[in-house]
Amino acid sequence: MLEIKNLHVELEEEDKQILKGVNLTVEAGKVHAIMGPNGSGKSTLSYVLAGRDGYEVTEGSATLEGEDLLDLDPEERASLGLFMAFQYPVEIPGVGNMTFLRTAVNAQRKARGEDEMSATEFLKEIRAKAKELQIDAEMLKRPVNVGFSGGEKKRNEILQMAMLAPKMCILDETDSGLDVDAMKLVADGVNALRDEGRGFLVITHYQRLLNHIKPDVVHIMSNGRIVKTGGPELALEVEENGYGGILAEAV
Amino acid sequence: MAMAQAKLDATDARLATLSLPTGGWAEAARRDALTRVQATGLPGRRDEYWKYTRPDMLTAATAAEAAIFDADEAPVFGEVDQLKLVFVDGVFDAAASDDLALDHVRIERLAEAGSADIHWARDLYGTLEIAGQTPVVRPLAALNTAFATDGVLIHVTGAAPKPIALVYHHSDPKSDVMLHHVIRMDAGAELTLLESGPVAARCNMVMEIDVADSAAFNHVRVQGRDHERQAATHIFARLGQESRFKSFTMTANGVMTRNECVIELTGDDASAHVAGACMGDGDFLHDDTVFITHDALNCESRQVFKKVLRNGATGVFQGKILVKAGAQKTDGYQISQSLLLDEDSQFLAKPELEIYADDVACSHGSTSGAIDEDALFYLRARGVPHGIATDLLTLSFLAEAVEEIEDAGLAEEIVTRMEAWLARRRG
Ligand SMILES: Nc1ncnc2c1ncn2[C@@H]1O[C@H](COP(=O)(O)OP(=O)(O)OP(=O)(O)O)[C@@H](O)[C@H]1O
Ligand SMILES: [Mg+2]
Repeated sequence: MLEIKNLHVELEEEDKQILKGVNLTVEAGKVHAIMGPNGSGKSTLSYVLAGRDGYEVTEGSATLEGEDLLDLDPEERASLGLFMAFQYPVEIPGVGNMTFLRTAVNAQRKARGEDEMSATEFLKEIRAKAKELQIDAEMLKRPVNVGFSGGEKKRNEILQMAMLAPKMCILDETDSGLDVDAMKLVADGVNALRDEGRGFLVITHYQRLLNHIKPDVVHIMSNGRIVKTGGPELALEVEENGYGGILAEAV
Repeated sequence: MAMAQAKLDATDARLATLSLPTGGWAEAARRDALTRVQATGLPGRRDEYWKYTRPDMLTAATAAEAAIFDADEAPVFGEVDQLKLVFVDGVFDAAASDDLALDHVRIERLAEAGSADIHWARDLYGTLEIAGQTPVVRPLAALNTAFATDGVLIHVTGAAPKPIALVYHHSDPKSDVMLHHVIRMDAGAELTLLESGPVAARCNMVMEIDVADSAAFNHVRVQGRDHERQAATHIFARLGQESRFKSFTMTANGVMTRNECVIELTGDDASAHVAGACMGDGDFLHDDTVFITHDALNCESRQVFKKVLRNGATGVFQGKILVKAGAQKTDGYQISQSLLLDEDSQFLAKPELEIYADDVACSHGSTSGAIDEDALFYLRARGVPHGIATDLLTLSFLAEAVEEIEDAGLAEEIVTRMEAWLARRRG
């Protein structure tokens, strides 16, 4: 599904290397988790995959189902089926949540040569999905993320993911800032989408989320590289002992 | 101080092309206005009030030609139930207009009513314009009072059952037009006035509105989409107790548009809202110059101006709130913002507050910025193409001004026009 090979990334503005050779493959139907200390490059990896400006790929590649992602515009990547839930969802005053989502859904459909979703169909679907995530109708009408609490913003990300039904989902710290119940909601939302044809890359600092979303593979990222890969037990090790041991071992 | 020779020459040259209409109740006001123009001269480049906008095109002896704009969309407000008054190159076209009869409203044409000896409009024609000449002179408005021969006189005595729409057509590429409208709103009267369409190659428009106690005046104006238009417009309004005044203008295109709005809140508890949304692309200068005077207790005023500028377009805003001594509990708000879609465009703003009362709340703000890159990326990351995402963010920028339109249907139509304007330019 998602294949990242030897990815090296620098900041465009300053001469600073952030990703120093990331290798990672997420297979369809699998959930991979990435953990790692602050500043190790996890968000940078997700931004680069999603196509944000400001980064320069100096080496390596990233493909989604064999298609080169790195030359595409962000919207083209999205239409191919890539989705990134933002660590910090952006507030957009003046653009209604519904308008935004409907525009997004139909733009992706159009790009893929599919029929647009009708207003009624869209409304029915978004209502059902919002209900599952306990997002009330009033929130749907508000401008995108404006005045949403931290937890509401994260749930809104999952709602978008559910509506867009992407193939490859990257979740950047979707659990941070969530209370226990909200984390359960988000995890349920993710689990509901798990299926054979879909891959997940879940970035988190906490083992707790991984109790709800059971990962197949856990990676530890440090200083711009994946330094260790293992099973779910790796997350438990981090939870108990921190990164010290793992990083010392990796060097 | 003696007038600079250049200004004197320019004024003389302009006046030489005009002849003062004589006879009727307006003659005295016209003579007085001409005297005032001669005394001050027409605006010149050195005038402080014209610091950001060169008045040359508006004061030149003859107007630059403007190509006739072929509209490729249905007329704005065409579907609204309205009483339509049509002006072709500044001349009232009775055949194209609706019958002038409307409950609680008396509508007359200035060109016809002007020849009478006595008329209600005599008390207003040029009167509000004169009041608006202090503390800053507005010679183009005085020029209009002196020479405008057509326009409408509207006397509203109750709630008008439907909007009156002034629809302008431009058919002669050389037309140089002055129109003067006078509106008298009796106590408790209500009217929505719509204006749309290209007026002429060059137009000088004055509208004087007297809003008596508890009356409500709503104005929605759409200027454009003619590209070569040169326009100077003035709105002069006087507001009585508990009256409400709302004016919204959408401007698209035009090489030169200066919209002045001068409002005096003279009765307690009155409210005045003036808003504008303009969209300029390329050879475009748009100037909103607003002067609101609070001269009564507990009045509210609000100015909301938004400008979207691209390809080197220029936006200007000069807005002032003057709170006179004794005008306590004034609530004054002013915001002017531009969205610069590229680095060649510019926005020049001069917000001013002048307050002589101690118990007031006034605020003003002015900003100039580009599209928010984080928001743009967020939208694109969800699959919204760059162009559509930019348009969505642009419309959201304009929204605060559009929200000033009271009628939801009219607001929606304005948004549709804005969307279309943006879509035509989408890369
Ligand atoms: N635009 C930028 N300008 C300067 N430094 C940046 C920029 N983007 C990222 N960095 C730096 O790159 C490094 C990696 O940042 P990144 O946000 O990817 O870390 P992270 O692993 O997501 O951390 P966290 O766990 O705190 O979210 C950090 O040192 C960060 O300061
Ligand atoms: Mg991060």
